[in-house]
Amino acid sequence: MDRKKREAPKGLSPERAAYLRRKKTRRRWVLCCQWGILLLLVALWEILARLGVIDSFILSQPSRIWRTWITLFLEGELWLHLWVTVYETLVGFLLGVLLGVGLAILLWWSDFVSKVSEPYLVVLNSLPKIALGPVIIIVVGAGTEAIIFMALAISLIVTVLEMLGGFRRTDRDAIRMAATFGATKSQIFRKIVLPSNIGTLFGSLKINIGLSLVGVIAGEFLVSKAGLGYLIVYGGQVFKLDLVMASVIILSAVAALMYQGVVLLQRLVMKHKY
Amino acid sequence: MDLLRVQDITESYQAENGEIFALDHICFSMEKGEFLSIVGPSGCGKSTLLSIIAGLLPPSSGTVLLDGQEVHGVDPRIGYMLQKDNLLEWRSIWRNVLFGLEVRRQVNEETTARAKGLLQSYGLWEFREKYPSQLSGGMRQRAALIRTLATSPEILLLDEAFSALDYQTRLTVTDDVYRILKKEQITTIMVTHDIPESISMGDRVLILTSRPAQVRELLEIDFGPERTPLTCRGDPRFSRYFDHIWKELKSDG
Repeated sequence: MDRKKREAPKGLSPERAAYLRRKKTRRRWVLCCQWGILLLLVALWEILARLGVIDSFILSQPSRIWRTWITLFLEGELWLHLWVTVYETLVGFLLGVLLGVGLAILLWWSDFVSKVSEPYLVVLNSLPKIALGPVIIIVVGAGTEAIIFMALAISLIVTVLEMLGGFRRTDRDAIRMAATFGATKSQIFRKIVLPSNIGTLFGSLKINIGLSLVGVIAGEFLVSKAGLGYLIVYGGQVFKLDLVMASVIILSAVAALMYQGVVLLQRLVMKHKY
Repeated sequence: MDLLRVQDITESYQAENGEIFALDHICFSMEKGEFLSIVGPSGCGKSTLLSIIAGLLPPSSGTVLLDGQEVHGVDPRIGYMLQKDNLLEWRSIWRNVLFGLEVRRQVNEETTARAKGLLQSYGLWEFREKYPSQLSGGMRQRAALIRTLATSPEILLLDEAFSALDYQTRLTVTDDVYRILKKEQITTIMVTHDIPESISMGDRVLILTSRPAQVRELLEIDFGPERTPLTCRGDPRFSRYFDHIWKELKSDG
């Protein structure tokens, strides 16, 4: 009756070894192709620009982007802009997560509050938050606060809805089981609802880190003196398309790294059973 | 004196599509260590009755007396086991078994020693560090039972507790559980839709009518003192009980 996994034999059979080799080769091929395509595109871009087929003044070109990075780096500007954007994103992200989860708990707790707030949440969720830009600037001032507020506005409602959905999808039978032992609502939340939604939480964090970055860049477009969004807008205004492209590429790297950061955090948490 | 008395329980509740009259003056009583099976047409309110005894649902009228005292709300002397084992996947078996004690803030040396003893007696001690997904269906069900027994209930309510298991596992698990319950001298009420199961485990079978449920019959099951759920299935009296219950249930529809 008791399930026991069969022990794998010590030495691999030739078939197994061949299978594993095939899998490994395939993985390498995929990786090679991924890098190959990137290199090919960059090379093509550079060659076409040098041949004058594409206008490098408008579309820039890899070597010019490279030179722009070096200049930015040597002038010490790169880190400043990078840090400003990352800082604003992280603050917006953390605030969004804390407030979002907090509100979701409140709405889970009180069915009445949840019912009352439903239409507001629906409208706020579908509203493009960037439209609130002018209001935010006038209310909180044209500074870093406005940018963080924008990031928060974009990520907050999504977090609330995601988490609340997760809380509500918690296994009813598990909650009933806890109730049979006389668990209080707070115990049910701490011991059943929250732990069963660690996956939902990380799903929401992954969406949020991207959304916060969208909010920060949008905010920097509107009001800023520094940051990657500022560099992009500034580059566009003075027709320095090299600067725009260089910033966009850094931005994608930042976005990917922050996302990976969340993935790493998830792995760490999941490894230690909570 | 009777350990448990269910007196004149009536239950009706408001649903979206009108009032539902679930239970109609249900009465019965139980002695310590007795095993009572409850059968009835599906949807007749068997589970509602268990929820009322467990204190999860207040009755519209009537009382549940435990040791002569009326039961209000969830009572620590009553354990309740649901159809699914509901083991929490993120907890090890040991922490799952302690769950009920934890909720009741009763985790101490004495209770953990009891939980340990139960795991040892029922073959799960070596699996205490494992997670539920690493256990077979039968072991999971035993772990769920130990989680309830660890809180030392005097009365155990089983709500279709074995119906999620496959047939073979179910026969072995019911046999295991029966032995555990008799050894621990636990008074048990089991709701089931499986007539053979109700006969093989019950000292008595309470047959309910369709909704609103009334007591149709309280049938004494007698296979002698040496019975186990598996052996009594071979007894000639088994099929007579089966036919009787079947006829009672059918005449109702």
